[in-house]
Amino acid sequence: MAHSRLPHYRRVSQTFFLLLFLALLILTTMRPGSTGSADIHMRGPVRMFFLLDPLVAISNALATHALYRGLVLSLVILMPTIFLGRFFCGWICPMGTLQHLVGSLKSEAKRGKQRIESNRYKRWQTIKYVVLIAGLIAAVFGSMVIGTLDPFSLLVRSIGLALLPAVNLGTRALLVPLEHSHVHVIKMFGAYASTGLQRTVLDLRQAHFNQAIVFGLLFLVILWASMRVTRFWCRSICPLGALLGAVSRWSILGLHKDASSCDKCNRCLLDCQGGDDPIGGVPWRKSECLMCMNCVGSCPHESLEFRFFRREHEVASPDLGRRRTVTGLAAGVAAVPILRANTGLGKSRHERLIRPPGSLDEPDFLSRCIRCGECMKVCPNNSLQPTLTEAGMEGLWTPTLVPKIGYCEPSCVLCSEVCPTGAIWQITSKEKGWVAGGATQNSQPVRLGTAFYDRGRCLPWAMATECIVCEEWCPVSPKAIYVEEAQVVDSAGKAKTLKQPRVDPSRCVGCGACEYACPLQERPAVYVTSIGESRSPSSQILLKRS
Amino acid sequence: MPDQNLHANKPAPAPQGATVGEPSLLNRRDALLQILRVGGVAAAATGAGFWLDARSRRPVPSAPEVARRDHRVSAASEWPTLAVAHFAAGSGDAKAGEPRALVQKALGDLGGIERFIRRQDVVVIKPNIAWDRTPEQAANTNPELVAEIVRQCREVGAKRVIVTDVSCNEARRCFHRSGIEAAAREAGAEVVLPDPDLFREVDLGGVMLKSWPVFTPFLEADKIINLPIAKHHGLCGVTLGMKNWYGILGGQRSRLHQQIHQSLVDLAGFMLPTLTIMDCYRILLRNGPTGGNLEDVALKKTVMAGTDPVALDAYVAKAYWNLDPEHLPYLQLAANRGLGTVEFEKLAVKVSQVS
Repeated sequence: MAHSRLPHYRRVSQTFFLLLFLALLILTTMRPGSTGSADIHMRGPVRMFFLLDPLVAISNALATHALYRGLVLSLVILMPTIFLGRFFCGWICPMGTLQHLVGSLKSEAKRGKQRIESNRYKRWQTIKYVVLIAGLIAAVFGSMVIGTLDPFSLLVRSIGLALLPAVNLGTRALLVPLEHSHVHVIKMFGAYASTGLQRTVLDLRQAHFNQAIVFGLLFLVILWASMRVTRFWCRSICPLGALLGAVSRWSILGLHKDASSCDKCNRCLLDCQGGDDPIGGVPWRKSECLMCMNCVGSCPHESLEFRFFRREHEVASPDLGRRRTVTGLAAGVAAVPILRANTGLGKSRHERLIRPPGSLDEPDFLSRCIRCGECMKVCPNNSLQPTLTEAGMEGLWTPTLVPKIGYCEPSCVLCSEVCPTGAIWQITSKEKGWVAGGATQNSQPVRLGTAFYDRGRCLPWAMATECIVCEEWCPVSPKAIYVEEAQVVDSAGKAKTLKQPRVDPSRCVGCGACEYACPLQERPAVYVTSIGESRSPSSQILLKRS
Repeated sequence: MPDQNLHANKPAPAPQGATVGEPSLLNRRDALLQILRVGGVAAAATGAGFWLDARSRRPVPSAPEVARRDHRVSAASEWPTLAVAHFAAGSGDAKAGEPRALVQKALGDLGGIERFIRRQDVVVIKPNIAWDRTPEQAANTNPELVAEIVRQCREVGAKRVIVTDVSCNEARRCFHRSGIEAAAREAGAEVVLPDPDLFREVDLGGVMLKSWPVFTPFLEADKIINLPIAKHHGLCGVTLGMKNWYGILGGQRSRLHQQIHQSLVDLAGFMLPTLTIMDCYRILLRNGPTGGNLEDVALKKTVMAGTDPVALDAYVAKAYWNLDPEHLPYLQLAANRGLGTVEFEKLAVKVSQVS
């Protein structure tokens, strides 16, 4: 019975890594800290799960022929998998754990015989390999669409961009009446609770993300599916699971079935997570097994045991077949040309696709960005939002700056510090060059775009009204927004002198502070478009920048 | 048991002895109870309906709290209205300890902190923490100056010393990078971030500004010390003490620029501080109020303190930008409203050199 403790250890491990993942996700936010330095950096290993992710690493390597900052750490998961099989899926992966948890809930549709049947191997479990092949081939051709299906990307988008902001909103709604109470004790309690939570898990500024409802609902659908079919996502879609399944074919650890003592009672199938046929009489499917060890624990005859160097009949590789392999290859080869035939990367690009500071030129960006949403989660101004159509179909859920919601903070480079793949290349605030001591004559500042005036809406231009809040907020020095005194006539026919703003495109860095601060808030009279962004040599206005 | 009988489509078994085929009926007691129950629900629904109907009104915002915040202490003829402390010209680069020495001198000349702060006072200190800038860039108040005021307030036994501002840039970045959060906390202050849920709609009682959301610590203070920094400003020319009150407001402040002079006076008429201490240790000469470039900064090594906010602004505008009150319409407007005087020459101004 030595092995029957294994599922218990597994649960401890799963709980630990799930909590670690959530903790790191919550910490993926701006935390100034109490260091003496004025600079604000990302603290703690918040990117850790992405760095450990072999799918991110291999696709990054295929697309860029290199491994970005720290991705080599994924060997920590990949190497043991070659020897031990998909232990990662069963013991570590927080997405797997969540499904495991939901799948263990009692369900009318999954009892007794149905439950046993649902845990037998199904041919559709090979879909994930088709997804993986297609995704990796697309990566070879320079598109990282596979990242959309990475389990950690999925979790950060779902929890970080949808659930946590909702929890934040709900908690604040409960605390605000307390904070405004006329009863002193209640008010003090509300104030302390609010301050304490803001220093730990709540945001000072409530974050909102476009399409959060989509991320939230997709997540709920996936979890619901795992109530009907155990680990539906892991078994059928997850490309990371497929990758680990494919490399586990060489694994030296495997399930030993003692045929003589097995009476086919089916108990091993009751809690099988992978759908890998642990039952006697049929070969075990190595690539599907998540090493959850439930079968070992539930076998009443002790016929099942995980052993090293066993010699037994098994199905080591995914039973993909020629047809499905070709489907995957063809889909991967076709994906990039079809997506880019639709979008194009040149002039047809959306003018409001404003990438975060440090972003590489669009083709390089798309060959790296895995849509994990870390940059959006960390942005202190909630400026970075997932795209819907701005970056084309291929660029769905990649980050774009929406200055109306939040501008890019002059000294902040947190998005570049959390990006796991280098789509937003890590830069320092000095390299960003928007504050003193940054850009020199030799180094130009990072520019996200250029601001333009809508003179039909701007108060001093169109309505004979003093304003120039945009000029006040412009963070570069000398200011990119300059004013000219002009004589205007108001509706009463009275002559007036006021200051009308203009943009100097050679100074503008495209931060969007002017657009954010403009009093015409729902459609600002000054707005940033991506032309002039420093990452793109082809998207420039001026012949020469001063 | 009677409840079962209520289901009309599931008739109860016929009572013992009843004739076969005869419809079963409730007995009188159950029927009465049933009528009472149904009647009760109907009456309650009708009552609720008419009550809610009578309540229907077009929603109007609740009337803002009426408040004028006068935190001034009584005038005392033995002390000057304005005290200026400065280092001698040519005293070299900025050195730690200098802002502290300056504020100690200026405040001492004005009668010391004991003249303004009493034991058990809740003191709110309002530096300028508007921008994501470091102290050298002179867009925010000098942190050492803030810390020294905090320390003095604590020393005379203030119950709470709160340092806060409603920043323009992201508040946590501004509080951190300005150095004010760390310095003020170390000196014993509560540093309060502008929590968007902690604003109250207040009637500012101004000519232009009526109802605005004000950050609550400013409404719940016994004493308020204004701690601005002197900077250039594109629209106004300069931003000094009175403009610092923009930082008590929430809401859509960008609209204030449309009538900036009247807005400034309205705010100054609403918020009458105990004391104003002007940070002129470094001033921002160009590209204000954000700056960012060290070339825009001038090291003046001066701190001024005063009880007349109008005179103080007029004095600084003249001293560093050579702007007379006629160039700053808000000063004259404020004087006309009785908030102070622009004729600082006629006031007792004590200028001391610190060495």
